[in-house]
Amino acid sequence: MNVLTDVWDYLTTAANWTGEGGMLQLLVEQLLLTFTALGLAILVGLPIALWLGHLGRGSLLAINISNVGRAVPTFALLALLVVADWPGTRDFGPYGRAGLATIIALTLFALPPIITNANVAVREVSPAARSAADGMGMTGWQKFRRVELPLSAALVLLGVRLALVQVWATATIAALVAGPGLGRVITDGFYRTNYGKGIAGAVVVAAVALVLEGGAALTQRALDPVPRQDPDRSRSAKGSRGMSADTPTVVEETDAVGR
Amino acid sequence: MAAAAAEEPSCYSRLTNEWFCWQYVVDRQDQLESATVEHLQITLAAVLVGVLLAFPLALLARGVPRLETAILGTSTMLYTIPSLALFPLLVPFTGLSATTVVIGLALYALTILVRSMLEGLRGVPAEVRESAAGLGYGPARRLLRVELPLALPVLMAGLRVATVSTVALTTVGTIVSYGGLGDLISDGVLTNFRAELMTASVLCVVLAVVLDLAIVGTQWLLTPWARGRATAR
Repeated sequence: MNVLTDVWDYLTTAANWTGEGGMLQLLVEQLLLTFTALGLAILVGLPIALWLGHLGRGSLLAINISNVGRAVPTFALLALLVVADWPGTRDFGPYGRAGLATIIALTLFALPPIITNANVAVREVSPAARSAADGMGMTGWQKFRRVELPLSAALVLLGVRLALVQVWATATIAALVAGPGLGRVITDGFYRTNYGKGIAGAVVVAAVALVLEGGAALTQRALDPVPRQDPDRSRSAKGSRGMSADTPTVVEETDAVGR
Repeated sequence: MAAAAAEEPSCYSRLTNEWFCWQYVVDRQDQLESATVEHLQITLAAVLVGVLLAFPLALLARGVPRLETAILGTSTMLYTIPSLALFPLLVPFTGLSATTVVIGLALYALTILVRSMLEGLRGVPAEVRESAAGLGYGPARRLLRVELPLALPVLMAGLRVATVSTVALTTVGTIVSYGGLGDLISDGVLTNFRAELMTASVLCVVLAVVLDLAIVGTQWLLTPWARGRATAR
């Protein structure tokens, strides 16, 4: 258990956190990467997925993009991008070495949970609610904006939350190809047999992951326009599955792809 | 010496460094084979451990509703931790070994499997379970003969998701030098060796597809009553 004291020493030494290449700088770098990629994926994926859902289409796209995202290792894709002539390892603004390659990989792996959940959410809005909207004389756009979007919001937000967890995990893996972010503390430690350092990096990465996930869960609850009980609870209530008129359910909550 | 140097440059020489190179596959067949075998072993061991742990946990969660929140909450929390952080966190306990990777991957698989098992068992209609009880089935026999077969499509869907993502995640095991094909990918990045990198990546995806098809095939064999009907998903 000697290594555990090394971990503690590394975490409690101020010099390891501050300065050039310190953990705080790497943390900020990885957060920046994560939210940039998440933003890009939302911009690209969400409109398409929502609109296809409104048209009642996209089920094939949703299933296939999840399957492909799961089968392709994040590490392999990052490695291919880094070794290729473009984008390679070139620096990219504040995102550090191999920044562009990392952003591309992160965005690609954020797309499956966002697209799948958003598409399923809109498609599974209850037909009764749609008919009611039609009966009230709503146009297609009004129906989408005022009925389908609010009713599907919870699941759409869940997709974004899963994507956030996914992107944070992938951003960590970027260190395996000598990319930016906190994962570098882990890889540095392990490659130089300084296991205390490597495990200390893992502790920080894991802690931030849990904080992000907790924050995302709270945000999701706050943003949901349709008040309801905890989605996890309502799903586990016996017999309620598939019977509720307003809450679409998705089959796999843990639909995140490779981490 | 000059003759050796002037030898026909193969497609994976430093000069050409092509992405796709069959000569590489032929020359390094042993290395590729042992990496693939290690990858397969780690993946299968992890999924197996995952199934063995998930099954009792799912039954427990179903039997004791109060435990359900705790079990699902804990496993979901584990799922949130990135793999590159989870493996190092296990190192103080299991060292730099394949066990570390297998346990880490089993924990991820567990999360997916417990959820799908609960979902599958819950999907069995109450009337069916009552009928089974009425026919004199005890809890154990009812589970094995009635509930599990009916839940099988959902269980298998979960198993497919868990297996395919485990194949992909095994590559990250390279952080403790047990990453199967991930070790080759890692070496490919380090030495800028495109053929190695591409071959290992492609083998990874192929492995995932083959295992996925194997599970679909097994399900087809196990559920003769479902044939001819549209598949669940």
